[in-house]
Amino acid sequence: MSAVATALQKRRDEDRGALIGYLPAGFPTIDDSVEAAIAIARNGVDVIELGLPYSDPVMDGPVIQAATQQALANGFRLRDGFEAVRRITQEVDTPVLLMTYWNPVVQYGVERFADDLVESGGAGLITPDLVPDEGGEWIDASARTGLDRVFLAAPSSSDERLRQAIDASRGFVYAVSTMGITGARSDVDQAARTLVERLREAGVENTCVGLGISTAEQVREVNEYADGAIVGSALVKALGDGGVARVADVARELSEGTYRGR
Amino acid sequence: MALRQQTGPYFGDFGGRYVPESLVAALDELTEAWEQAKNDPAFQAELDELFATYVGRPSLITEVPRFAEHAGGARIILKREDLNHTGSHKINNVLGQALLTKRIGKTRVIAETGAGQHGVATATAAALFGLDCVIYMGEVDTERQALNVARMRLLGAEVVAVNTGSRTLKDAINDAMRDWVTNVEDTNYIFGTVAGPHPFPEMVRDLQKIIGEEAREQVLALTGALPTAVVACVGGGSNAMGIFHAFLDDEDVSLWGYEAAGDGAETPRHAATITKGRPGVLHGARSFLLQDEDGQTVESHSISAGLDYPGVGPEHSWLSSIGRANYRPITDAEAMSALRLLSRTEGIIPAIESAHALAGALKLGRELGPDAVILINLSGRGDKDMETAGRYFDLIDQGAEQS
Repeated sequence: MSAVATALQKRRDEDRGALIGYLPAGFPTIDDSVEAAIAIARNGVDVIELGLPYSDPVMDGPVIQAATQQALANGFRLRDGFEAVRRITQEVDTPVLLMTYWNPVVQYGVERFADDLVESGGAGLITPDLVPDEGGEWIDASARTGLDRVFLAAPSSSDERLRQAIDASRGFVYAVSTMGITGARSDVDQAARTLVERLREAGVENTCVGLGISTAEQVREVNEYADGAIVGSALVKALGDGGVARVADVARELSEGTYRGR
Repeated sequence: MALRQQTGPYFGDFGGRYVPESLVAALDELTEAWEQAKNDPAFQAELDELFATYVGRPSLITEVPRFAEHAGGARIILKREDLNHTGSHKINNVLGQALLTKRIGKTRVIAETGAGQHGVATATAAALFGLDCVIYMGEVDTERQALNVARMRLLGAEVVAVNTGSRTLKDAINDAMRDWVTNVEDTNYIFGTVAGPHPFPEMVRDLQKIIGEEAREQVLALTGALPTAVVACVGGGSNAMGIFHAFLDDEDVSLWGYEAAGDGAETPRHAATITKGRPGVLHGARSFLLQDEDGQTVESHSISAGLDYPGVGPEHSWLSSIGRANYRPITDAEAMSALRLLSRTEGIIPAIESAHALAGALKLGRELGPDAVILINLSGRGDKDMETAGRYFDLIDQGAEQS
C-alpha cells in the first residue's frame, strides 16, 4: 500500500480527517524549507506536499508564485529538491509528495526522476499540468518504482474523466475545490462537496481537497466529506512572514480541523 | 498522407494537451465547436463576409524590384498582411475565434499579447461583437508598445500589465491561463498563435492558412509558376504556418522560417527557439523550447516584442524535424537594416517582426540566385514600431537621418 494511502487510512481509523501541507522547496532558503517541512510534520501535517519551483507555474496564485520565483532567483536546482526530500524524510516519517510541473521531469528524464525520488525517500508526485491522457510514461515509471501518482479532478471534469483520474491515481485523487488557481478564499465552494460526491460515486478510495483552504474551520468542513484537506498559500505566507516558528504554529492550528465533530 | 491533412493534437512527437485538468472540459468544448464550425457553410460564409468587408481580403501581393536588387537579383513578392484592418495577420485568427466564442455562448474573451497586434485584433473583434475583453501583456511589452496599449483601451478592452517572471509574452500567457482556469464558465481564451494546447495549434493554423491559399493563387497568376521559396518570420509561428500551409505538399517549394536571434544566436540574448532550443513542455504543448538543464524556461530576447517568445508552435517543430521547413536566425541588427531598406526602396514600413523575414529573404536570394522567386509574408506594418525604430536609427527630434 502506498505510504500516502497508509497515512490517510491511519487518520480514517481514528475517525479523523487528514491535513496535507504544501511548502515550496528552496523558500526562503533550502535549509529553511527543510526545517519548515519538518516542523509542520511535527505539528499535525499528515502528508507533506513539497513544491518544486518552476518558471511558469500556471496553476499557482500570487503567494506561491512569489515564493517559488524567489527560490529560483536564489539559484534553486532540481537536485536541491531531491536533497530536501532526503533531509526531511530522514527526520520524520511523514510521507513527502513532490508537486511539480511536468517539464522539469521531462528534462531530468522520467525514469531517472522516479529512481532518484525513490532513492531520496519521496513518496510520489502531484502533477498539476499533466493529465492522465499525456501521463503514460509517468504511469509506467511510477508503477515500476512503486511511487504514488496524484492526478487532479476538477468540478468541470466529466464523469468519464473522473473515472480516468481515479484509475490513474495512486495515493489519492486531488479534488480541485473550485475553478481557479491556488490562494486563500473566504469560502470553499459547494463545488468541492459535489465533486467529492461524484468521485465517491465513481469509486474513489481516497480524495483530498485543495485550492483556497486556509483556516482550521475550512479544514474541518472539507474533512466532513473528504479524506483530507490540502493547505498551501496560508502555510507559505506564514513561513514568509514569521519563519519556521510561525509556520509550525499555523500548521498546529490547522490540524485542529482534522478532528471531526469538534 | 498529405502534410496539409495533418491535424492535432499531435504533430509527430510534438503538440498534445499539457494543462491543468480544470481546462480540459473547455478545450474539449472548443475542439468540438471548431470541428462543427469549420464544416458549417454558414460559419464559413459569415467569416468570409467579414474578411471581405471588414478585413480587406484578399490581401494584395506586391512585387518589390528595388528591394530585390539587394537580394542577389531574385524576384521578391510580398504578401501584404500589413494592409489588413488592425495592421497584421492577427485579425484573421481573431475573427474566427470571436465568431466561435459567440457560437459557444460565452460573453467574455481574454487574450495574451506580445507586440500588441494580437491584443489589438482581439480588442477590435470584442468591440465588433460586443464582448467583454481583457488583454494580458507583459509589463516590459506595455512599455515598448505603448501605442498599442492605448489602441486596445480606446477599443474598450482592459489591459493588464503582467509583472511576474520575465514580464513578457510567456508570462502574459501564464496569467491569461490563470484567468481562464478561474473564469472558464463565461470566458473564452482567444489564443494568438499556433502554440498552446490542442486545439489551438490546429485551429489557429486553419484560420491563418487563407494567407497561403490566396498567395499561392496570386503568385501563380502573376508569374505562371509556384514560388521557389516561401519565407516568414517565426515567433509562436502563426503567420508562418498561415503562409506555409498551402505549400506543404508542393515539394519544389522550399519553406523558410526566420527566428529572432536578438544579439546573435551564439549569445545568450536571442529568441531562436528551433535553432538553439530543445524539445520540452511549455504552455500546454510539447515543442522546441528555450530552457536550462532543469527545464526552467529561459528568457528570450528580441528587439521585436512579437517574436520575443521562448517557445514555438508544435507544427513548426514537426516540420523542422522532418526536414520540410528550414529555420534560421536573424539578428536585431539584420532585421532593422532590412526594415530600413524596404522603407527606402519601396515606401513600405514593415513591422519589426516581418523585417526578420525580409532580412532572411535578402540572404536567401543571394544563395538561390537570380532565377529564384521568393514569396515573403509581410505579416504586419511598422506603425506600432516607430518609437523603437526612431530610437534605433536616432530619428527622433533630430531630423531624419540621411545616409
